[in-house]
Amino acid sequence: MPAPGTAVPGIGYHVEVSGLRITAPRPDSGEAVIVHDVSFAIPRGGVLALIGESGSGKTTIALSLMGHARPGLRIAGGTVRVGGTDVLSLDAAGLSALRGARVAYIAQSAAAAFNPSRAIMDQVVEAAVLHGLMSRAEAEAKAVALFRSLALPDPESIGRRYPHQLSGGQLQRLMAAMALVTGPELVILDEPTTALDVTTQVEVLHAFKRAVREQGATAVYVSHDLAVVAQMADRILVLNQGRVREQGPASQVLKAPADDYTRTLVDAARPAARPAAPAAADRAALLEVRGLTAGYGRVGADGMPAVPILRDVSLSLRRGGTLGVIGESGSGKSTLARVIAGLVRPSGGQVLFDGAPLPPGLEGRAKDQFRRIQLVFQNADTALNPAHTVAGVLGRPLGFYHGLDRAARERRVRELLDLTRLPAAVAGRRCGELSGGQKQRVNLARALAAGPDLLLCDEVTSALDTVVGAAILELMAELRRELGLAYLFISHDISTVRATCDEVLVLYGGTVVEAGGRDAFRRAPFHPYTDLLVGSVPELEPGWLERRRAGAPVPSLPGPPGAGLCRFLPRCPVRLAGTCDRVPPPRRRLSAGNETLCHHDEDTLMRLQATRAEAAC
Amino acid sequence: MTDAAAPLARTGAPLAWARSLPLTGKLGLALVLLWLAVAALGPALAPHAVGAFVSPEVFARPGAAHWLGTDYLGRDVLSRLLSGARYTVGLALAAALLASGTGTALALLAAVGGRWLDEGLSRLMDTLISIPSKIFALVLVAAFGSSLPLLLLVAAVTYVPGAYRIARSMAVGLYQMDYVQVARARGEGRLYVARAEILPNMVGPLLADFGLRFVFIVLLLSGLSFLGLGVQPPDADLGSLVRENISGLPEGASAILAPALAIASLTVGANLLIDAVSGKGRR
Amino acid sequence: MAGTADMAAGTGGAATALRLVLKRLGAGLVTMLLVSAVVFTVSSLLPGDAAQETLGQSATPEAVAALRQQYGLDRPAPERYLRWLGGLAAGDPGRSLVANMPVAEVIAGRLPNSLLLAGLTAAVSVPLALLVGILSAMRQDSRLDRGLNIATLAMVALPEFLVATLAVLAFSVELRLLPSIAMVKAGAGWGETLRSLAMPVMTLSVVVVAQMARMTRAAVIAQLGQPYVEMARLKGLGPARVVFAHVLPNAVGPIVNAMALSLSYLLGGAIIVETIFNYPGLASLMVNAVASRDMPLLQACAMVFCGAYLLLVLAADVVAILANPRIRQG
Repeated sequence: MPAPGTAVPGIGYHVEVSGLRITAPRPDSGEAVIVHDVSFAIPRGGVLALIGESGSGKTTIALSLMGHARPGLRIAGGTVRVGGTDVLSLDAAGLSALRGARVAYIAQSAAAAFNPSRAIMDQVVEAAVLHGLMSRAEAEAKAVALFRSLALPDPESIGRRYPHQLSGGQLQRLMAAMALVTGPELVILDEPTTALDVTTQVEVLHAFKRAVREQGATAVYVSHDLAVVAQMADRILVLNQGRVREQGPASQVLKAPADDYTRTLVDAARPAARPAAPAAADRAALLEVRGLTAGYGRVGADGMPAVPILRDVSLSLRRGGTLGVIGESGSGKSTLARVIAGLVRPSGGQVLFDGAPLPPGLEGRAKDQFRRIQLVFQNADTALNPAHTVAGVLGRPLGFYHGLDRAARERRVRELLDLTRLPAAVAGRRCGELSGGQKQRVNLARALAAGPDLLLCDEVTSALDTVVGAAILELMAELRRELGLAYLFISHDISTVRATCDEVLVLYGGTVVEAGGRDAFRRAPFHPYTDLLVGSVPELEPGWLERRRAGAPVPSLPGPPGAGLCRFLPRCPVRLAGTCDRVPPPRRRLSAGNETLCHHDEDTLMRLQATRAEAAC
Repeated sequence: MTDAAAPLARTGAPLAWARSLPLTGKLGLALVLLWLAVAALGPALAPHAVGAFVSPEVFARPGAAHWLGTDYLGRDVLSRLLSGARYTVGLALAAALLASGTGTALALLAAVGGRWLDEGLSRLMDTLISIPSKIFALVLVAAFGSSLPLLLLVAAVTYVPGAYRIARSMAVGLYQMDYVQVARARGEGRLYVARAEILPNMVGPLLADFGLRFVFIVLLLSGLSFLGLGVQPPDADLGSLVRENISGLPEGASAILAPALAIASLTVGANLLIDAVSGKGRR
Repeated sequence: MAGTADMAAGTGGAATALRLVLKRLGAGLVTMLLVSAVVFTVSSLLPGDAAQETLGQSATPEAVAALRQQYGLDRPAPERYLRWLGGLAAGDPGRSLVANMPVAEVIAGRLPNSLLLAGLTAAVSVPLALLVGILSAMRQDSRLDRGLNIATLAMVALPEFLVATLAVLAFSVELRLLPSIAMVKAGAGWGETLRSLAMPVMTLSVVVVAQMARMTRAAVIAQLGQPYVEMARLKGLGPARVVFAHVLPNAVGPIVNAMALSLSYLLGGAIIVETIFNYPGLASLMVNAVASRDMPLLQACAMVFCGAYLLLVLAADVVAILANPRIRQG
């Protein structure tokens, strides 16, 4: 890649945007301005990141580089030049000729952006053939070459598959192949890894970076994630509500941000560790889970359901403590919360609350048991009933559990709003009218209204922008100190969990592969999956992706592991042939106090992971 | 998109709401209100008694004496239309209310009542829905006859399965929502969940569906009357008026066109209104 | 996740599809059975049975009892149901009380007429509806789309007797182009048959085209909002290619389903059209059966209509299964 983004005198920029203005016509006449006079330029072969939170206009700007505005939006002014072409003055035919041929787009969710009814190869070569750039056979040959360079499995035959037969990470790479097959001069990557698990994200980032570099294409990388952007871009442009806050070389923007807003973003991207709760090893367990098994379908003779989600999960959480549960999508972490709440009936095992066993389903639980355990869901949009007012949402548990009369309810609602730092005026509003952060606060306040001992928090910050999410975490820490609550904190994000929780538990494929105090998760030895997880979180530092130990990826084993065997076996980079695929792994206690489910002993793990000791601090 | 969630009932003062409708919606609203008013006041406005023979001329053209002409027996078409509308609108409204109410209640029951209740109800409704509605209505009429209460019942029973299917798919979808799961985990009873958490979020689409059922039932009842299987003489709804004057067809008598157009203006008006209201939600 | 389904995808997919089709077929048969129970129960709920009906009020109780025995009406209801069901399965649903001949013969005389009417209407309306639906979806919110929306919205709400009346007034009374009675004469040439069927077909098409066009539009528009459509546009594909190569393969299921629902209406829903135009179809036969309380005939007609409905829905399901690569490809 050429030297980062500074213009070479005498050579024009490849992409030039000036005075770009995008508006949303409103029904009541008038227009809302979505993008205010944005200007930037990218030299040929440069990579510019557009960074910002939701509503910053980053995707809208990126799409305007192809002359495209989403329904309801209008490009109202400014110019966009790509390689000398004035994009905004092109007619329909001119745009058609530009899109897919000279400028290519990689969408956020490849699973949704591929047509479910057509084979992959048809879609990958479609633009190249239709634009008359090459014959079908040539295009297919080029596609296969790209599949190979993107490290896709079975490059020769993967094109015959349909989208539903492939994983998210594979689809995302196939989408990159689809974008690059015409040899575009400009590639737009729109949050291309946001929908992926963190361990997959790293591989996809690697593949993207190499493929774009090989093509020598100019790239625009849209993201909300500073750490990811740090790996991909030469220059960063920070957006906030449709306005440019700052632009400059990546390292300068990340290390020495000039703008206050950028500084907030950078700070929020580095979660500060919170002090652990006062040492309380003596306190009795509030929640104890023993040998929990749950799933769907008929329960077999071995006590396992046809589709097991949780297998033999045990954990313990003391009064006022915080336990973080980490896992990727499909690991069973949300099911765990639902089983404890009574929404999913386990097929085996026991949940003890305050020493007494909880009835397995909702039936048979006492009102007080319901009251003391409260659920807080990830997505406040769906967790709050849009038909109810905030006062109604908060008033219901007050009346239901505590039998408060109208006046007492109103008083308590005001207190709860105050406690969650919400203005009293929101009480009369409907939940749908609040912002994302406000909704999540109401969501918390509703749980607090019950006067619980335990909050089951399911990904409470992952639907929020980083800054807003950080504020919610801050609030939760405060509440915990003030009210002595215990949290079961479910997340896919190990850095958040490490920063907020005293104890950590790692779920993989429904089994606990590692559990221990949070300090044990700061340095090796880890369980190999934890190691992968820890090593996959991008750091806020350019060059991390390259420096990251670049061991050749271990080929995945086909099919799920047999009963009782390690669930991580197919993906494990350090599996032992003859042991791991034959014998169920033992639980071992390591010297840092953590417990692993692995055949490797502490010394071996230490040796295997030596290169990263201390690195994750 | 998010505005779609705001239920219709709450869009402020009725007048402001009506003003916010597109032109076709206003037209639809006006037609629906007109027919509701006619159904309420019709006979009081009629210039002549319903059964009175007022003219020696049959199938007279519209004129000053008889605004809509006379029918095959020389009765005043306008007067008969005004009283016929009461049967059509009243019966259809009652039947649609009954059908939508029953369908919704059963759907909520299926959503919160557990798997077996849901399976049983859905199986039954699937069976009933695979009997085309007109055929089902004919079988019911053949079995029970066509007195007014029975007609009402026939029309309602015929459209319960459709109402159930729509309401159930909504209710089951809403039951999966996080806020319903939160309410369940709070220990709330099933009735509370159905009434307070699920039902309020179905109101908009349910009203639209109710409107559609009303249109279907108007068409069904007029169709039955037109075939002579609906409202029986001496009572007459709009469909009966078309039937009894069918012999005026070759001369293009207003006695046959007026009631047919009356039905059309009611059903088309209702459809325009529903489309405008649910379209507003969608945009 | 990916490596597993690979090898056997082709054959596994076909087997899955076949299993699903058989499952739907089985479910259809069960529904048919349940429908027969409903029809039989409802139609034999009330007193005033066939024997009384045939002989009239003046008949002696002895004569009625004798006839009752002859018809098997003195048997308990479950036994009568099973006997009727057996007859139905064997193609003999009993004797028509009014025509005094086997129901099967009565129906056989009318069914071809109904099929002819339905077939012609389908041939006219399906292409028209697809055209209108796809066109207005492609021009969403344009003037054309709004115009078509209001037109189809009005058309689905029009009572058929108004459409038929207006058609008669226009083509028969004023223009004297077409006969107002749609008799199909034996031995009439194709031209004459088509001429006599023109108005019934037109009337039926008005409602059916509007229904199908609206559902086609909705199905296409639902797909147009999907991210893969934006992706296709951003690949530089023209609107026609986007719709035909990308959207339609995904909209086949709902569109075919809408077609099946509307077409099933052509058999049973033709009641009013058949009556107005004096067309000797199955629907008007059923109306006569209701008027004369000819229960065996009524029951058999109802079963034919339900059977046709289930057959069409099954066909639509099969098409949707075959069009879905998730099932086809396992």
